[in-house]
Amino acid sequence: MGENLRGGAQLQNDTLRKSLRTLKVKLVLLGSSGVGKSSLALRFSKDEFRRTSPTVGCAYLTRVVHLRNVTLRLEIWDTAGQEKYHSVTPLYYRGAQAALLVYDISKRETFIRAQVWLKELEKQYIPGSTVIWLVGNKGDLATHRQVSVEEGQSLANDRGLFFTEASALSGDQINELLLAIAHRVYECIGVQQEGLSEWKETPLVDLRNRDKSSRLASCC
Amino acid sequence: MERDNHQEGEAEGVRICDPPSESNPPADTLATSLSLLGNHMFPDPVERNDGTAVNKDESADSLPSDVTAEEESLDTEPHLNQVTKLDTEEEEETENSDCQDNVSTQLSDTGTEDAAIDNDQGDSGEFVVTMLAKAKLEEQGIGVKGRSSPLLEAGTPESPAFMSHRDEDVTADSWRQHRKHVFVLSEAGKPIYSRYGSEEALSSTMGVMMALVSFVQSGDNIIRSVYSEKHTVVFLQKGPLVLVCVSSSRQSERQLRGELLYVYYQIISMLTQASISRIFEHKKNYDLRRLLAGSEKILDGLLNLVDSDPSFLLEAVHCLPLASSLRDSLSQILQKAITPNLVFSILIARNQLLTIVQEKTVIEDTRLEPADVHLLLNLIGASSAFQAGEIWTPICLPLFNPDCYFYAYISYLDPPECTVCLLLLSTDKEAFYAVADCKRKIEEAMVAQNSLSLIAKVQSYSVSQVGVSDLRHFMYKPFDVPDNYRQLTQFTSPEMEAPYGSEEEKMRLLDLYRYMHSRIHSTSRPLKLIYHVAERETLLAWVTSKFELYTCFSPLVTKACAITAITKLLRWIKKEEDRLFIRYPPKYSTTPNPSKSSRGGKSDQQDSTDNGFLSLL
Repeated sequence: MGENLRGGAQLQNDTLRKSLRTLKVKLVLLGSSGVGKSSLALRFSKDEFRRTSPTVGCAYLTRVVHLRNVTLRLEIWDTAGQEKYHSVTPLYYRGAQAALLVYDISKRETFIRAQVWLKELEKQYIPGSTVIWLVGNKGDLATHRQVSVEEGQSLANDRGLFFTEASALSGDQINELLLAIAHRVYECIGVQQEGLSEWKETPLVDLRNRDKSSRLASCC
Repeated sequence: MERDNHQEGEAEGVRICDPPSESNPPADTLATSLSLLGNHMFPDPVERNDGTAVNKDESADSLPSDVTAEEESLDTEPHLNQVTKLDTEEEEETENSDCQDNVSTQLSDTGTEDAAIDNDQGDSGEFVVTMLAKAKLEEQGIGVKGRSSPLLEAGTPESPAFMSHRDEDVTADSWRQHRKHVFVLSEAGKPIYSRYGSEEALSSTMGVMMALVSFVQSGDNIIRSVYSEKHTVVFLQKGPLVLVCVSSSRQSERQLRGELLYVYYQIISMLTQASISRIFEHKKNYDLRRLLAGSEKILDGLLNLVDSDPSFLLEAVHCLPLASSLRDSLSQILQKAITPNLVFSILIARNQLLTIVQEKTVIEDTRLEPADVHLLLNLIGASSAFQAGEIWTPICLPLFNPDCYFYAYISYLDPPECTVCLLLLSTDKEAFYAVADCKRKIEEAMVAQNSLSLIAKVQSYSVSQVGVSDLRHFMYKPFDVPDNYRQLTQFTSPEMEAPYGSEEEKMRLLDLYRYMHSRIHSTSRPLKLIYHVAERETLLAWVTSKFELYTCFSPLVTKACAITAITKLLRWIKKEEDRLFIRYPPKYSTTPNPSKSSRGGKSDQQDSTDNGFLSLL
């Protein structure tokens, strides 16, 4: 791979190199409670795995991906799978360039639920504006599998989605998935005019200056 | 400390109160209790209104003076005697003048009442007794067997926080021996939450609870509590929800009811009161667990906090002691990082407040209630997910406005340690990026001023710093005084150190404080000063118009010594108050048109109550 992946922590260093354009990509994770959305998000942003508690509302993480001729700043919206937050979820997926529909391969009902999410998304969907990816998570639980690879693949084929099986626990297919998403988003949307907006670090110079001057003032 | 058998002197009984009618003060003010000792009969609810009604609630003053708390004195008396006998307790009491005078007349009233029942209400009376007997069986099941001391159990918390109690076997003794059970059910009797064990396994138990509630309700009454030898069962009805606490702790009914209220508020903070009412209006037997799925941990966490953190008992917020210059500089940082519709900026370290800055118009209108802050702190504490990224979530502050959502931005400023947490509350759900930008500004400014490393050095203080020998621990809560009116109610307290280092001893001290608190705040005989000689320590609690103070001394301290020590302590607190409290909470103005963001009429800037839950039905 000619590209390299870096965690969000190194973001600031990365952005010092102004040679490449940095484009913003909004990526949203959707799916039932407990399918591993937060674990995937944590893998994407920090390449870590931790046991997590149910997400409250929505967690926002970032990850910078360097492609050959562009840098993408993925803004990952990790939504809560709990039903009480469903009413606010549209807030999070509106305007997303990539949507990951996550299900747990060892729980059939989560696969069915993913299709409900798909319908929900399609209501808001403007063709060509969102890359939708079906992700079968918990690949490490293959022995307890309730949803076969073929089923996932055929749903994806029928509905024009991309499909991957991965494991946030083992890290299997995670980087591949992330890169594939980045490529797809850039190919499908990034090339369009105004498809992706450029990301600029918010200048904070004002505040610093003000602080300095006030500190000086207090010294005198 | 009180003995295990302290409630033996108390009658087993049911307390019921009339539902508030138009003429009555809003909540639960009229109450009647009757002793189920004799023929286990039940008074005619109508009959009760003319003279046997007993006030046993906080709003004592709103009642005519002839309706006084006979029943409380009945049941505090024996226990008082006992405590005095066993613990050589001495008291300096300031009693309500009219408290004790009409006990005898009240008693004779009760006599008449019993007679009346024989005629009128025989049938339903018996039914209630049957129901209660059933409940009692359940209860005995819950805990009589093999019970030792509740304190012992408190000392051995059966599991670390991350272990789930959901899978517990509800028929096992260990389940029954939990010190405090909490159940939440819907009016249709559907289980919503149980602190221990799964709700499904408990549906019949909850069914009995609901049967009790609705039976008493059918007589135009409200069930408030059931006392048995070792347990107190407290009921709280809030809208379509019924909350029940079964406790073998020595806490007062009022304290337990207060704890149930926190549970209710935590549920409201996730769903809002308006949507809960609407859901149940549309579908009486809706299974609310659908909406609360994944939130059990937040409720579990709340109940653990309620048991271990005196903030809830004192209804005040504990802030981290901080040099006022540092606190001011942090406040200024928050004050500068604002965006429209931002209303509260709160900085938290190790689950204690560092500083809180409020939108000007908001603070003029109202103040943030300690309970709302407790719920926020619990939410942050209960969810490790916050450590992963930035959180944006709808949240309702039930005491501020039970029907509307705020949007909370939560992020840790010091990953990976995750001790310093920033909480920004906005009324605009679309404001994530703007609010996240505020965080970057705050982060930058804190780096520039090296604030994080300064905060990292901050510690709570030791009681030895007060320099009063024999003083082991204290809790001090100042009341609003005119110049800081509308300020967040706070309290200060040193670390619990030896001999209260272990979890058991901490809990034992807290139980002593709870006991003192219940005596001070007794509705029938509120006290101003209690000097209580317990087995292993001596406690003194004192409430004045300026403060509420609980102190714990070594066992042999005399009353005179304790008073001198307290004088010194008060002087020390006065000297240190700028460090111990958030004294002058700063404000900012984020709204060009200030009237909009105020609480005023559930303003249009707050998210409307329509959050789409109905579509799920």
